[in-house]
Amino acid sequence: MDDILIAPDIDYLALAPMIIVGATAVVGVLVEAFAPRRPRRGIQLVLTFGALIAAFVVLISQAGTRVITGSLAIDGPSLVLQGLILLIAIVSAMLMAERRVDPAGDAFAPRASALPGSEEERVLSTRGFMQTEVWPLMLFAVVGMMLFTAANDLLVMFIALEIMSLPLYLLAGMSRRRRLLSQEAALKYFILGAFSSAFFIFGAAMLYGFSGTISLPGIADALSANPGQTPLIFIGFGLVVIGLLFKVGAVPFHQWVPDVYQGSPSAVTAFMAAAVKVAAFGALLRFLYVAFGGARWDWQPALWIIAIATMLVGSILAITQTDIKRMLAYSSIAQAGFILVGVIAVNPEGVAAVMFYLAAYGFATLGAFAVISLVRQDGGEATHLSNWAGLGKRSPVLALSMSLFMLSFAGIPLTSGFIGKFTVFEAAILADAVPLVIVGVIASIIAAFFYVRVIVLMFFTEPAEDGPTVVLPSVFTTLVLAISVAVTVILGVFPQPVLDLVEQANVFLR
Amino acid sequence: MSNFPWLTTIGVIPLVGAVVVMLLPRSKGLLAKQLALAFSLIALGMTIAMALQFDADATDPFQFTESASWIPALGISYSVGVDGIGLVLIGLAATLVPVVILAGWHDVDEELGSVKGYFALILVLQTLMIGVFAATDVFLFYVFFEAMLVPIYFLIGRYGGPQRAYAAVKFLIYSLVGGLFMLASLIGLYVVSGRQLGEGTFDFLSLVGLEMDSTTQRLLFLGFFFAFAIKAPLFPFHTWLPDAAKESTPGTAVLLIGVLDKVGTFGMIRYLLPIFPEASQFYAPVVIAMAVIGILYGALVALGQNDMKRLFAYSSMSHFGFIALGIFVFTNIGMSGSVLYMVAHGLSTAAVFLVAGFLMARRGGSSLISDYGGISKVAPVLAGFLLFAAMSSLALPGLASFLGEFMVLLGTFQIYPWVAVVATLGIVFTAAYVLRFYQRTATGPVPAAYAPGSAHPMTDVKAREVTALAPLVLLTIVLGVFPAPALDVINPAVEWTQQTLGVVDPPPQIDTTGGGQ
Repeated sequence: MDDILIAPDIDYLALAPMIIVGATAVVGVLVEAFAPRRPRRGIQLVLTFGALIAAFVVLISQAGTRVITGSLAIDGPSLVLQGLILLIAIVSAMLMAERRVDPAGDAFAPRASALPGSEEERVLSTRGFMQTEVWPLMLFAVVGMMLFTAANDLLVMFIALEIMSLPLYLLAGMSRRRRLLSQEAALKYFILGAFSSAFFIFGAAMLYGFSGTISLPGIADALSANPGQTPLIFIGFGLVVIGLLFKVGAVPFHQWVPDVYQGSPSAVTAFMAAAVKVAAFGALLRFLYVAFGGARWDWQPALWIIAIATMLVGSILAITQTDIKRMLAYSSIAQAGFILVGVIAVNPEGVAAVMFYLAAYGFATLGAFAVISLVRQDGGEATHLSNWAGLGKRSPVLALSMSLFMLSFAGIPLTSGFIGKFTVFEAAILADAVPLVIVGVIASIIAAFFYVRVIVLMFFTEPAEDGPTVVLPSVFTTLVLAISVAVTVILGVFPQPVLDLVEQANVFLR
Repeated sequence: MSNFPWLTTIGVIPLVGAVVVMLLPRSKGLLAKQLALAFSLIALGMTIAMALQFDADATDPFQFTESASWIPALGISYSVGVDGIGLVLIGLAATLVPVVILAGWHDVDEELGSVKGYFALILVLQTLMIGVFAATDVFLFYVFFEAMLVPIYFLIGRYGGPQRAYAAVKFLIYSLVGGLFMLASLIGLYVVSGRQLGEGTFDFLSLVGLEMDSTTQRLLFLGFFFAFAIKAPLFPFHTWLPDAAKESTPGTAVLLIGVLDKVGTFGMIRYLLPIFPEASQFYAPVVIAMAVIGILYGALVALGQNDMKRLFAYSSMSHFGFIALGIFVFTNIGMSGSVLYMVAHGLSTAAVFLVAGFLMARRGGSSLISDYGGISKVAPVLAGFLLFAAMSSLALPGLASFLGEFMVLLGTFQIYPWVAVVATLGIVFTAAYVLRFYQRTATGPVPAAYAPGSAHPMTDVKAREVTALAPLVLLTIVLGVFPAPALDVINPAVEWTQQTLGVVDPPPQIDTTGGGQ
């Protein structure tokens, strides 16, 4: 048996959403190569939105599917998370398609390879060249993310990790403004990301060495057959989790987050912050629950420490930030900590809570970065916090939306963030992790301080004389803001349908 | 009982008013005020109509109940209803809002900010205040409790004095911290209810019957207690109050101290005692100590204030000590006294802050006591109201606050005689700072700044101001000499609370004909 390669029985319909997005990404590359420059953007936009929406529709029609096909598990969590990734991708794509806010065009450098400040860059800029490679890159990242949440063995998980990450490294470096910062961000993300990938694959090898299989259920079986910690399982587990926690942005693997969030174009940051978290937590949940659910008593203490450190470090460091993108980066670290509280619960409630939290956090993040992309000075974004003083007077709607997102991050009732925190803490209490919840509450209180500070700054500070201008966006960003506000409010006030949905989908197939 | 959704209707009317007011064009400042007043009066009329139908002898703890499913997955429902305590506090809120609107007619000028915004925020606040007193789902209560922060934050932060941003943020941070602790306890409670009832719930009456071991009770108690002690505020959680009161407009200060802070003491009676009976008894000595320290400390600090608003903020802190004391001695008469005192204190605070506001409006907005003097010579009627407000604040016999304070002390004396003796010292200090305040402002030489013949001579009260103050004066006197209707409504709710605590003592016998002798 061992040396015969058996062709897996594949349920192509269940995989259709991923296939659609992946195939379109390939078509997008061909368009880059063969289509003339002028209509390229139009074609890419149609392809991107078409593929994402089509994939989402197909995904909805598959809602009841629970099947393991080859190395992928299409079950409740993966369907919900894939749907969430697609929705976030659609909204992020709108943000990336915005062309009105930057006087020079869109948010991306005409050619990322041109040296910053060089003659080539200037020429490209004045000739009005536009970057269109971002669209297939984004689609590839989406495929990787969808695959990541469904991967049921370590090798597919690794491949998904790479498909997801490589386009993101590139996208991070493509900012039109402050290009050096952007390229630094890309390089940092790439090098640290490569390290984490190495950790992951090394860990996967160890686990293979222990159990003789790379499939997650297989590892679980091997664990129950050979109880007791062996160095192999110990090191392997640790390394794989480090790789996953890196993507999540958990302390102490968070150093890349602030630089990358700050340097990347805001649209990409929004996509990265919202969607990568969804995918990475999906994979982390599956890895911990399916492969190591039986051994939870062994790993929970370690993750307790990481969750506590993540919540506290993220919240405390966010207070000291003066750049709003860096502040949101630390905030996202803190949020990762809160989500980890739900992960540690290891019960179905925890899975449901994490999925709800990811949706709440994702859309608030998209909205917040959409607002950031509109507050501009001298062409670029005005991200220094002092620039945001008095924004409420000049642009009340924008400032109110931003306040709503901040309140949601802070977990104030009637916003989505509140229900998210509630469900996560509830799951943790059900799992007798009361101290974790107490730390979570303390961290929420610390975090509330800097979220509220932004609101205070916008509404109760006098605007500076030469303050930034608020650009009137096109329909794309307006839609992004409207959707984010609507989701944040609806998930806060009438969360029942979504709670029902995540509750129905809270069990991993194995 | 009719099935008319009284509480929801009363709650929604101001909200509708707020939306209507906000939809007006910016130039229609006057119309905005008139509409706001009209909506608050409609709400008041409805409240009175509801109160008349309240059945004091009913056996159910709550009346006018409504319930609709909201987030069933988390056991959350939209459930409202009132007991006697909730009813009188809703009555207080419904009375004070039109009074504040009328008294604050000129609080906000165009250059300060949007006029309609100010009045719309007050109306939104009224909706939330009614909601917080009417909620019988603990989560719904929490939502209203926290949501109240938003309008009050903007009322302070947008329309207040020079340090308003600082005061608003301090207030918000304090309240948020308290609120988050309460949230933690709330989730804990939900989990306990889930373990015992099979399904988690936030329904108040279901939570009352929960059996918790004492450790759990004591932990969860603390979360709620922090929130309520900050809101009330009790010593040592009071430091936000003087700043917030100082920087608010008089109207905001009235709503903040007169009604909002009552949510803290209301919450203690409604939630702490029935849900955590054992923990309440356990912590009672601590709370009583905090209350007594607050009574004395607030009064002593008030003695040293040179700012009217700060003075009465500290005075309120002292009075909240009395209210908390009456609650945590666990006697019927003490608790009934506390509830009555909550209403009385709301009325007297309103009178004091509104008269202070009228004075400030005549003196270019200064709230420094040293800027005033001789008011009784230049504006005798205004000085008369000031004297009445001051007397109401120091609990002159015959006024509602006296009865409240007296009942609290009586209730305390039954259990802890020495505590009652020490707390009585607070009354002496109160008399000292209130009379000193009156002496410094109303008597003595008239400062040149507003002497007759100067550029801005002090004018006496206008008809609008009298209209705003008259209901406060009337109610203070009526409740003081004829409290029976209020006590008849309050007592059953107090007895019910005492029953859940397992404490039984004879219902208070108050000579309702004589008032305070």
